[in-house]
This record gives sequence, C-alpha cells and structure tokens, in this order.
Amino acid sequence: MKVSVWKGGAEGRFRQFEVPRQASQTVLDVVTYIQRSLDPTLAYRYACRVGMCGSCAMTVNGVPRWTCRTHVDRVLDKDSLSIGPLKNLPVIRDLVTDMREFFDKWARAQGQFKGNRSKRDDFQAVKPASAERMQVDAAIECIGCGVCYSACDVVAWNPDYLGPAALNRAWTLIRDERDRNAVARLRAVAGDAGCHSCHTHMSCTERCPKQLSPTAGIAGLKREVAKSILRGEF
Amino acid sequence: MLWIAQRASAAVLALCVAVHLATVIYAVQGGLSAAEILARTRGNAAGFAFYSLFVLAVTVHAPIGLRSVLIEWLGWRGRSRDLFLLIFAAALAWMGMRAAVGVFA
Repeated sequence: MKVSVWKGGAEGRFRQFEVPRQASQTVLDVVTYIQRSLDPTLAYRYACRVGMCGSCAMTVNGVPRWTCRTHVDRVLDKDSLSIGPLKNLPVIRDLVTDMREFFDKWARAQGQFKGNRSKRDDFQAVKPASAERMQVDAAIECIGCGVCYSACDVVAWNPDYLGPAALNRAWTLIRDERDRNAVARLRAVAGDAGCHSCHTHMSCTERCPKQLSPTAGIAGLKREVAKSILRGEF
Repeated sequence: MLWIAQRASAAVLALCVAVHLATVIYAVQGGLSAAEILARTRGNAAGFAFYSLFVLAVTVHAPIGLRSVLIEWLGWRGRSRDLFLLIFAAALAWMGMRAAVGVFA
C-alpha cells in the first residue's frame, strides 16, 4: 500500500512510502514498519500498544484515531493511507505533538480531586447504583489520548477553549459526591473558554476511541453552572 | 448568565415564532388587504404586548449568538466588540418596536 507520512514540524511535507500489507495490521504497525525498515529518523509516540496509554493518537486519512487499535482494513482508502500528527496541537516533529497545552487545560479546568477526608477517616462509600456514580462511570474511562481535542472545531476556532477532555474530567469530579471543590470548578469551566462555547457538534463523541460522550458531560456542566447561579453560589 | 439568557430567550422565541407564523397563515387565508389587517390590529393591547415580548426576546437572543460568531470567526474580543453588540441590540429593539407600534398602536 502507499503510505504518506508527515515529516517535519509545523512546516513540513508528506513523504511517500511503500509498505507491505499484513493480516490484522494496525496503523501503528505501519508507522513502526516505516521507522524500523524505511526511515529510522521518523519520530512518533507509543507505549502500551493495546489502547490503554493514550499516547499513539494520530491523524489517519484526515481523522484523529488511536493508531494501535485502528486496523488498516478499516481505514485504507484505495490502497493508500495518509498519516499525520494530531490537529489543534503544536507539532514537535513528524507525528509527535506537544501535549502540554492539552494537559495544562485539565489543570485549568480544576481537574484535580479535592476531598475533605484524611487517612484517619474511614472510606466514604459511594453507592454504585446512584445516579451520580453512574454518570461518573459513563465518563471516567478517558485515556487522555487527545483525539477529541484534535477533532473539536471549537478548539480550532478558539485556542483558549478548554476542550472536551478537560471538561469531561471536570464533569466526572462534579458528579463525584466525595469532591468538595464544585463551585470553584464550575467557575473554572464556565464562560467563553469553557463549556458555554461548546456548539454540540459532537465531533468529540463521534471520534472518542473509548466511546465516551464528552458532549453529554459538557451539557451537564452547563446545567450545573445554571443551577449554581440560580442558587446564588456563583 | 449569558447562556441562561440565551436559552430562556430561545424558549420564548420558539413560542413567539410559532404563534406569529400561525397568525400570518391564518390572516392571509381570507385574502385580507394590508389596510384590513391594520384595521383589525390597531388598538389591540394584547397583540402589542405579545410582539413587544417577541422583540425583547430577539434583542436578547441575537446579540449573544452574534457574540460567539464574532469571537470564533473574527477573534473580536474586548470592549469594542461589546459596544458593537450593544448598538446591534439597540438597533434590533428600535426596529422591532417601531414595527410593533406601527401595527398595533
């Protein structure tokens, strides 16, 4: 198959390679083959190879995907494949992007858990069947791959926008009954850089490799902010 | 707060637009002339109140939506943008109320 791979930084170009097809071949296998056999200078990132670590996301034929779990069969377009770095993130080199801004936004969205118990206290039991816990369950499996951030139109238009992953993280904490930082977190995620900029295009939900719905979480944040304002906490 | 205002005004607009369209369709069924329509609407306080609410909802709703467009398409932020939106809102209110007064007063 013909594979074009981005080479260079923000300025660069696609370079063409010929890669043999294999059974059950993943896009990550293709990139690894190119680096090991055709171009040892190719820079890319991966770790677990099994869809857990979230480090191998790239743009495959124009769509952000986790490459380790994307079979070539599913994405091959007339025997050709185009592989580039994730969009909406600065390119360091080739297929490697700078994820700092992406994760800094998690911190800006107050993505840290803040409880009020010490190690001397007993565990706080959370009922698995409670509505809040089930909402957390639906959103908690994020692996931080950046696919949603790369797919998001609002991030492209408004670089300050916190993005789906950071807002999804904030949502899981807002629904966590042990957390004590709700009002400050709602303040952090409200406004033009936060949940209120979401247009509900649902590209994040469409592309999330873990089938999460950041869109639902962002809608939940909008509702919680509104309730908080009406309660006079804001 | 802007989000709440936009959602609330959208709810009002959904009702107003539906009532407005239904009224227009009903009014033209019998082939009424403009003068005949005006003869029926003038002095109608309920109609005036309804269309005043319609204009208010538009005045709140449209500038908030335009604000997002200006941020995302033009990157326009700050006081100059807000001033522009205030003028835009005032223009909508003026034109809308002018029409409501013309038909119902």
